[in-house]
Amino acid sequence: MRLDDPKLKKIEPPRLSLADRFFLPQVAAGLLVTGKHILDVLIKDTAITVQYPEVQHVPSPVYRGVHRLNKDEEGRPKCVACMLCATACPAHCIDIVGATAPESWPDREKYPESFVIDELRCIYCGMCEEACPVEAIELTGLYDLTGLSREEMIFDKTKLLSVFDVTRDAEPMKFTTPPPAGTGPTQALESPVS
Amino acid sequence: MTIWVLIGILIKILVIVGITQGTVAYLILVERKIAAWAQDRIGPNRCGRTLGVPFALIQPLADGAKMLLKEDVIPKYVTKPLYLLAPWIAIVTAMIGFAVVPFGPTGPEQIIDFQLAPNVDIGILYVLAVGSLAVYGVILAGWASNNKYSFIGGLRSSAQLISYEIPLGLSILGMVLIAGSLDLSKIINWQTQKFYGIPCWGVLAQPLGFILFFTSAFAETNRLPFDLPESEQELVGGFHTEYSAMKFGMFFLGEYLHVITVSFITVILFFGGWDFPYLTYPEQTAWYWTILKVAVITIKVMIAIIFIMWIRWTLPRFRYDQLMDLAWKSMIPLALINLVATAAIVQLVRTYWS
Ligand code: SF4
Ligand code: SF4
Repeated sequence: MRLDDPKLKKIEPPRLSLADRFFLPQVAAGLLVTGKHILDVLIKDTAITVQYPEVQHVPSPVYRGVHRLNKDEEGRPKCVACMLCATACPAHCIDIVGATAPESWPDREKYPESFVIDELRCIYCGMCEEACPVEAIELTGLYDLTGLSREEMIFDKTKLLSVFDVTRDAEPMKFTTPPPAGTGPTQALESPVS
Repeated sequence: MTIWVLIGILIKILVIVGITQGTVAYLILVERKIAAWAQDRIGPNRCGRTLGVPFALIQPLADGAKMLLKEDVIPKYVTKPLYLLAPWIAIVTAMIGFAVVPFGPTGPEQIIDFQLAPNVDIGILYVLAVGSLAVYGVILAGWASNNKYSFIGGLRSSAQLISYEIPLGLSILGMVLIAGSLDLSKIINWQTQKFYGIPCWGVLAQPLGFILFFTSAFAETNRLPFDLPESEQELVGGFHTEYSAMKFGMFFLGEYLHVITVSFITVILFFGGWDFPYLTYPEQTAWYWTILKVAVITIKVMIAIIFIMWIRWTLPRFRYDQLMDLAWKSMIPLALINLVATAAIVQLVRTYWS
């Protein structure tokens, strides 16, 4: 594009008035804004801080925290070891060993013999949840995920199923059953992690 | 006789150093609190709760302990003597500026002279001279660190401090001309008089001078909106990137000491020092008046410090060319105009009035 191209639009910086160039009116306006915030917090207690250990933060219903493996009505893991979540996972942190389902489970061919998620590698994107055809894996609202060692943060099937037991009432399965009236997001639950 | 004067001064120095260091520690807490409030947060409020201390009042102790106990890393590639010297320069130059600052009423008739070096005729000049020495701490730190970011921080700092030194000095001169003295206590005494019932505070006599002085003072303290030497987003931390533990703490202390000095000078030059209109006069020497005057000046300084912190959380940082434009194209001409106009008026008043 040449400089004299008629389509070329020249944009000039806005001209500052004399008052603008003295900065002082703007400085005063800015001081008013911050002063109002400071006084609001001091007088009206408008701080948005959550006093964490005493007051628990309530995440939004779509928050993606620790995984859980859902159980069906008979208490069996719903997972059918189809590997779709492990394939979808961009962080490659799901490790599933599938096995032929016992004779007594006529509704499926396979079940996960072991199901391990490395919670440290996980980026909590929710792809596994999206990919699962039977809504067996879900991300819960638990956010206080801490541990003393790396090994502790690698969750096996038992632990993932126990997360389901902890969060079942607060967060009913998101897609299979409509949530009963009056249930909210996860409330201050006993963390299964620590 | 002289030995007692000397001991008295030494005691005063110890007290002043102790008080200012303690104040600095708590200023950091105040700053954190104000920062938090400006951002709709609460700020530190836990430290000491188990001990029953309210408002995180022992947070400064925890901060200090942290500074002292941290590993003191000296990188291999630094110029060691200068690297070790720089924090000391920063803190010493910030401290010795206090020598002539009157903390309260001064003069031979007072029971205590609230000044470390009483009757220094060049008071304000000394403060300026020592204040500009602080740039050595920053430059040496930046240069000795042998790190590009630190070096740029040091360079910026030198350019900035040297540029703002000029409007700083020029804006004070107006007040000095009016009061007819460089002695800080004489300037306070001049401000206690009334002009048709209005106290002659410097801010009323020299409004332009006050604005110019306060702005350059911000630049001298290296604080936002003039904190280019240490701008975190561009320079990682500027001249003190390579410093850790207490050496970093010393730069930090130096910065806050500068804030205290600047607040004192502002209050003394432009807000009447210990003057509380219609209540305090230079003639009062009884001890309760002394206490009142010290309280007044302390409260004024506190307000000034809080205002400086408030500004910090209000204004964004200047760009480097804007910074230089502001100093050389606006503030120095304005300061010169202010100075010449003041000089002319003072001369006219002296010739035709009295
Ligand atoms: S949330 Fe994302 S990263 Fe984590 S296990 Fe599921 S798919 Fe993998
Ligand atoms: S959790 Fe779902 S997607 Fe993953 S293996 Fe089991 S059934 Fe398949």
